[in-house]
Amino acid sequence: MQKEITLEMITPRGTILQQTVSYVQLPTKLGLIGILADHAPLISALDIGVVTYRPVGAAEKKAAISGGFLEVRDNKVVVLAPTAELADHIDLERAKAAYERAQQRLKNPTQDIDVDRARAAMFRALSRMRAKNTVR
Amino acid sequence: MASMRDIRRRIKSVKSTQHITKAMKMVSAAKLRRSQTTLVAARPYANKILQMIGALQDNKAIDHPYLQQKEVQKVCYVVMAADKGLCGGYNSNLLKLAEKELAECSYDYDVVAIGRKAREFLSHRNVNMVREYTSIGDNPDFMQAKALCEELLALYGTGVYQKLYFIYTDFRSAMAQNPVCKQFLPLQVEATGKKEKTEEFIYEPNEEEILSTLIPSCLETTVFRYLLEAKASEHGARMTAMSAATDNAVEIIDNLTLALNRARQAAITTEITEIVGGAAALE
Repeated sequence: MQKEITLEMITPRGTILQQTVSYVQLPTKLGLIGILADHAPLISALDIGVVTYRPVGAAEKKAAISGGFLEVRDNKVVVLAPTAELADHIDLERAKAAYERAQQRLKNPTQDIDVDRARAAMFRALSRMRAKNTVR
Repeated sequence: MASMRDIRRRIKSVKSTQHITKAMKMVSAAKLRRSQTTLVAARPYANKILQMIGALQDNKAIDHPYLQQKEVQKVCYVVMAADKGLCGGYNSNLLKLAEKELAECSYDYDVVAIGRKAREFLSHRNVNMVREYTSIGDNPDFMQAKALCEELLALYGTGVYQKLYFIYTDFRSAMAQNPVCKQFLPLQVEATGKKEKTEEFIYEPNEEEILSTLIPSCLETTVFRYLLEAKASEHGARMTAMSAATDNAVEIIDNLTLALNRARQAAITTEITEIVGGAAALE
């Protein structure tokens, strides 16, 4: 029998996901990592991006996160993120609008625009769109 | 004795006040419920972050600008009160504590005011108000807390202050809230204490990197919690105060109605006496 891991996604707004999964893929600051059962204890910083997880006996699912932390121990994966959204809950139109807006800002930077912030906003929007499977 | 017309007018005015207090009570009850839900929902995140910092600390002595204790020359107080009144003792209790803390403070200090009531209070005192924030809204969200935290960290980062305190109201229940003063910076982390054989975590990229992002997150959630606690307390205090006001209005109306009936009876009695007297005079 395949071993299972518990995936928990916690944000300041509440626990948005608690599920047994067989596999999780996460965007850490050092790149994408995949986690299977019996992973060594790990604490890592997460980047803006898409979390892909495979619930036991179901199709792969995605969620967008905006950075945060990851803790793996005892076959339990905890994702702590300032914001996290499951693909089903993402408002695609809003993400697209945010993406356009951020791109506009980056294209025509004026002195009162924080470039880092605009870039982060762009990546956040992009990861939401990716989680929706609309762009690669 | 007040005339019947006067009494009727007063009953009417008390009744309309009662309508308002009743409505305010119900609105506060709904808002309280919402803030409480948010408060509870935010707890796992905050706990987990503290736990992670604790685990890190067990692992190795950690060092970070926000953890270092420095020799204190100047401190900063962040005073968090409401924007609005009509919430019983909420504002006055908090500001009383603030006044006490400021009076007892042996260092030089500046203040940051959050909420219109805090600003009003502090601007009448002879204190240096470096920042002021009003209109936090009834349901602060995490992004607001994050922005506020960033500004406070920037203020701390100037190096002028060696300690930052928060004066806010701790939420116990709808009936009980108590104002408290807590040290915000430098951050005090209690070691988890249990020296169980913690598994050796692998830290990626490394302990320092994790810590340098973990600590600001921890501070943000702390600010978020304080904001939520204060808001929940405000709603709770307002609900209790308005509930008391509504009950009081009922009592006043009862008394006035009684007075009205008495006055009416007295008027009738006088009238009858007059008629009887008139008839007797005719005989």
